[in-house]
Formats: sequence, C-alpha cells, structure tokens
Amino acid sequence: MAGRSTPRLGIVSSLCWLVLLLAAIPAAWAQAAQASSSRALQPVIETARGGQCVADPAFMRRNHMKLLMHQRDDTLRGGIRTGKHSLKACIACHASQSSQSVTAEPSNFCQSCHNYAAVKIDCFECHANTPANSAAQPQVKP
Amino acid sequence: MNIVLNKLQGGSRGHYQLLAGLVLMLLLGVSALLYIEHHGHIVTGMNNQFVWGLPDVFSIFLMLSGTGALTVALLASVFGKVEYEPVAPLSGVLAIAMVLTGLLLLMLDLGRPDRASQAMIHFNPKSVLSWNLYLYSGFMGFVGAYLWTLVEPGMRRFTPWAIGLAFAWRIGLTTGTGSIYGFQVARQGFDSAIFAPMYIALSLSYGLAVFVLVLLLACRNNNIALGDALLKRLARLQVIFIGVGLYFVLVHHMTNYYFTRNRDFECFILFDGGIYTTLFWLGQILLGTLVPAGLLLHPGIAQMRVRIAASLALVVLGAYAQLYVTILGSQAQPLPLFPGRQVSSSFFDGVVNSYTPSLSEWGLGLLGLAMVGLIVIMALRLIAFLPQRLDDAALQKHRAKQALAAS
Amino acid sequence: MKHDNPTPANEAATSRSGRRGFLAAAAAGLTGIALAPGVRLIEIAQAAPAGAALSAGASSKVRWGMLIDSNQCSADCKACVTACNSENGLSGGTLPTDSQWIRKLEIKEVRSGRKQYLPMMCQHCAEPPCVDVCPTGASFKRADGIVLVDRHRCIGCRYCLMACPYKARSFVHAPVTHQKPDAPRGMGTAEACNLCVNRVDRGEQPACVAACTASGHAAFLFGDLNDPSSEIAKRIASYPTRQIRENLNLDTGVRYLGI
Repeated sequence: MAGRSTPRLGIVSSLCWLVLLLAAIPAAWAQAAQASSSRALQPVIETARGGQCVADPAFMRRNHMKLLMHQRDDTLRGGIRTGKHSLKACIACHASQSSQSVTAEPSNFCQSCHNYAAVKIDCFECHANTPANSAAQPQVKP
Repeated sequence: MNIVLNKLQGGSRGHYQLLAGLVLMLLLGVSALLYIEHHGHIVTGMNNQFVWGLPDVFSIFLMLSGTGALTVALLASVFGKVEYEPVAPLSGVLAIAMVLTGLLLLMLDLGRPDRASQAMIHFNPKSVLSWNLYLYSGFMGFVGAYLWTLVEPGMRRFTPWAIGLAFAWRIGLTTGTGSIYGFQVARQGFDSAIFAPMYIALSLSYGLAVFVLVLLLACRNNNIALGDALLKRLARLQVIFIGVGLYFVLVHHMTNYYFTRNRDFECFILFDGGIYTTLFWLGQILLGTLVPAGLLLHPGIAQMRVRIAASLALVVLGAYAQLYVTILGSQAQPLPLFPGRQVSSSFFDGVVNSYTPSLSEWGLGLLGLAMVGLIVIMALRLIAFLPQRLDDAALQKHRAKQALAAS
Repeated sequence: MKHDNPTPANEAATSRSGRRGFLAAAAAGLTGIALAPGVRLIEIAQAAPAGAALSAGASSKVRWGMLIDSNQCSADCKACVTACNSENGLSGGTLPTDSQWIRKLEIKEVRSGRKQYLPMMCQHCAEPPCVDVCPTGASFKRADGIVLVDRHRCIGCRYCLMACPYKARSFVHAPVTHQKPDAPRGMGTAEACNLCVNRVDRGEQPACVAACTASGHAAFLFGDLNDPSSEIAKRIASYPTRQIRENLNLDTGVRYLGI
C-alpha cells in the first residue's frame, strides 16, 4: 500500500514544484525589470529648490514625522516660531517646480514617498500645500 | 433561582423577520455613514446654527434608555425585588447594548471620527464629554461584571458589589448626560442644574419602556410564557416613572417661564415655535406622557398586551419628541447677545433658525437602532440569559424559594 | 533612484543662523533662475524676526485685547469682514454652513428704532466656555490670552459651537482647498477668529484692525491689556467700556464702547 501510493505522491509533488518554478521565473524577471525602470513603484524625489534641509536626508526620512509632531505643539500652543522647523519653510523649498505644490501630483515631494510607503498624509487637509507668495496662491479662496 | 436561563434558540419566523429587518437597517445605516464621512457634514441638515442634529437625538435617547434599562436589574439585585431576578440579565444586556451604541453614534457623528483616540489620550477635566468616555466605559464594565457574577457559578456573592457599583456609575453617567446641556450657559434652553435629575427621571421612564418592549418581543419570538403578575408590576412601575419624568419637565418649563430673561424662549417652545410646539404638546406631553399613563392605569392592564405595547411605543415616541424639542428647539432660538434689542447679521443672529434632518441623518439613527438589536440578539445567542418561563406560577415558586433561602 | 544631493556641509563652528543665512543667500543666488516667481528664500529662511520674542513663545505677561468703538462703526462699511475673509482664506459666503469668523451686527432699539453697528468675533475670554467643554483640549487659551483651536486635536464634536455664548465658532462642513499658508483650515474641525495670531506674533495688528484703520473709521484698537502704558489700557482706564453678555462674567479680551 505504502509502496504504491508513494510514486503517485512523488509525481504530484514534483509537478507542483515544477509549476511553482515556472511561475517564479517570469515573476522574478518582471521584478528585476521594474527595479531598473522608473515606473511608479519607486518614490520619485524631486529636487528641492533651496540649498540645504534642516537635517540630512537619512535623518529626515526617519524623523521628519517626529519633528512635525513635536514642533506643531510648540508653535501652536507655545507660540514658539523659530523658523527653522517652520512647515511653510519646508513647503517653500520642497514645492515642485511644475505644480508649485508638495502634494498635487503623485510625483511631488511629500506625495511620492508617502504613496510608496502607503501612508496617508493628513497635514494638507488643513495646511496649504503651496508656498506663500507664489503664483499658486490665489488671493481669495474660490 | 429556580427559573432556568436559556440561550436564544432562534428558528422562529418572527426571529428571522426581526433579523432581516435589523440587517436591512444596518446596511442603510452604514451607507449613510459612509456618505457623510466622505462628503462631510455639508450633506446633512446640520449647519453653524443647528450644530447638533438628529444623530444627537438618537444618541442621547440610546444613552438615556440604556441607563434606564438597567432599572429592572437594580430592582432585583439592589432593592431585593426577587420577582425581577429572572429578567435581570436581559436588563443588563440591553443596558450595555444601548449605551455602547449611543456612544458609537456620538462618535460617528464627529467631524473627524478618525481622531476619536485623541479624546482618550487628552483628558479635559472640565469637559463633560471627556468624562463621558470614562463614565460610559465604566458603566459597561460594571454591568458586564454584574452579568458575569450572575452566570458564573460561585460568583453570586459578588453580585451586590457589581450591581452597587453599576448603580452608582449609572447615576453619574446620566448626570453627565444631562450636564452636557445643563452646563452650557450660552443658551436659554439649557443653562440649568435641573437637567441632571430630569434626565435621570426620564431615563427611568424611557429605559423601562424599551426594556418591556424588548421583553414582550423576546417572549413572543421564543415562546416564553409571560405571566400577568410580572406585566402588571412593570406597567405600574412605568406609570410611576412617567409621572416622575413629567414632574421634572413641568418644573423645568415653569421655572424657565417664570424667569423673565428666559420667557421668550419658553413662549417659543410652548406657543409659537411651529414644529417644536407641536412636538412638545402633541408628541411629548399628550402622546408621550398623558395617553400612555392613562392607558396603563387600567386595572386589567396585564391581559391587554397590545395596549401595553402601544403605550410603551408611545412613550418611546414621546422620548424622541422630548429630545428633539430640548436639543433642537434650544438651537432654533437665537442667542441673546443683546437682550431686549433686535439683532441681525449675516450669521443668522436674531432669527429663528430652521432645520430639516437629511436622509443620511435618519440613516445614522437607523444604524444605531439596528446595532442595538443585533448586539442584543448576538449576546442572547451566545450566553444563556433568556428565562425559560415567566408565568405567574413559576414566579411565585421562585419568590417562595428566595424567601425560604433568605430566612 | 534620484537623490537630492545637497552640498555636504563642512560644519565649522559658525552659528546656526549664520550658516543658514549664508547658505540661503548662496542658494538664492545660484538657483534664482529656476525659482518660481515671488519665492524669496531669504525671507523664508529668516522667518524668525530680529526679536527673540518669537523663539521664546507667547508670554502670560501680555494679554492681547481689542477695544471696539461702536460709535465709529457705520452702516455701510464691511472692511473688517472683507479683510478677515481675505487674510484667512474664507469664502465670504453667507450660507448657513459657511464659516464666518467676524460679522457685523446691527442692533436695533425696539422702542425707538435707533440702530447701531458693531463687529462681532471671538471675544477671547479669560474664562472661555469653549475651552471648558472641549473633550480633547483642542480649544485652548494661549498664555497671552488668545483663544485658539488646535486643529491637530480637534475631533469635530462641535461642543464648542454649542457652548460659545457669542456664536463665535464655525464648523467646516465641506472639504477645503487652497488654504492660506498662515491660516490652515480643514473639513471636520471647528474654527474661529484667532486674533490673526500669525500677524500678532510678527508684531503686526490683526487684519480687521488694520482694515478698519485704513478705511478711516478707526473703530478698532488692538493692544496689550496688561501694559498700563498701552493705548488700549489707557482708554479702558478712562472710558466706560463694556463687554457683551457681561453678566456671564467671562472677562472677555474684546471690549466695546458705546453699547
């Protein structure tokens, strides 16, 4: 009994492995192709306008959310406005050259990384996503 | 207790009809909720003049009825009325379901419900809404503990502790609910200490009405014999509670009328408020208070099951009318910025505002009611809370046995 | 992957502000052509003004207030309302769901028919009912007396709208776009006059005050109530000023003459 079922089992399991292997090859190829192409899977980081950010990119990638959360209470509740961590200053530097915004297009600065990380940005429900004194700021809200 | 408690079996036609109705209401309610969340409150009838609308009416009704629904359990376990013991678990389940859903409706009506956790992280000791979070969860916790002491073998000795804490918490909770309005100095319709005791009194009436309606439905759908003795007691109790509620309402309105500074508001509610006047006299006083009390006073009331159900349904409708008049009527009146002078502006100062609830707000209300029903049914299916029989003979035996055990 | 490669900074012992100023000037010079018209990096980089006041934050030594002379407010002028709408990005609409941070009240004496006018906004009470009732503490009073809504925390329960005796608060019912950078506002939160806190922190006056002065009526006076030498404190000491709904004992920061 055991002897007769084993070969059948062996054939079935080998076939399964073969199918998996065959499926994996095109998948790996596509992965490699995508990694090398500039399609939407990778975040597109547009060059900022200004000189230097308040901290280096590695620090900012990990900690910008903490800076934002801590600073907003200092500014709003404490009235502390040093300008160094001003959100308006961030936006003025990082706004896209083409759309004048940090979130209008999927490739704009904040939106692109956040799309990649699948983290919804809540800030711009309230905050202006364009710099002050720019052509993108109409005088009165439509 | 010698009356056996069973789980809800279901299977009857009435049960499936009820379930189907509740699920339909739930689906309508969820779609209304998603509609409001997506488009914002602009799609509701609420605006800067009518800040809290129909969802708040439903929410407060559920909160009041929820705390009131515990009355029977309190009578059984705190005040020693043993004939209510078999239905005490049902009372507890209903209380938890209604308070939970009332709080849920409040949270779903928020402008930013995704931030509801902020209320848990940041506590404002002066804000009644902040207290509410702890009052409601504490109430549900204590009632849950009470139910556990009822069903868990060997935990019966803790029942008085659990129900005592639930009782104290219940008083605090309803005081808090009333104080949401009572603490507001801005409006003539609020600004009164009487809101706290008034809401306690009203919660007794509304809660008992909802409880008895649910009891009648449960007995009918599950073939539980419901005796006349129990119903007669409940009917009498309901009349007393209606009376107490009416007393506080009368005192509130009389005092408001007496104060010259509030008289224009009272005249608005009592005489020339349009829908609010109609709802007050017809809905709250006549149909919600006088008619049910009169109907329930009949000496042979226990046999008139339809009359009982109709009277209690009228009490519930009267509850909605009362809350509509209290919560919305106070918002219809303009704020007295310059008493005695006529004020007008672009922001609707000085004018009586009008409010029409939108369909989506009715949807939210339906969501609340559906959730109460579904939570109760689910709880009864999972845990044995339904008494097997409540006829006179069984209750008499139960009372005799308890008396023997006590002596 | 494209990178933003900033110039590696050789961090010497230069002070932070000095480095920022230098780099901003250098960047402005180098990238001036590429910038969108109107963006001035120096202005942004040096957002902190010369005074140290802003880095220290709001102080309780100061209490900002306004004195409004109703006698100067005329029937046909709406300069303060227009200025506020423009400053804060409000639509200026008057639908029941539209936000209005300031409005003009017409008050008519019933018996005589005499009318007077005054602007009405958040009164910035010392004992604000809106702060008392807010479940999350989003509605708060800053140290210098300005009552604000922390929209990061606001859950949109609208209790403050119910509780305000002056109907100063509005609720944002619909999604908002094209906000002013100085006036963030979004759907689902409460809002009200914030005494132009951005302008005040820069040492300017609120927009309504500036507009009223510019219009020639000069009904508004803004200043520090705690400073006995300020114009507003001197006037309050000399003239019988009143608060609206004074009996509520809220000690408002906005006082009125002529009511």
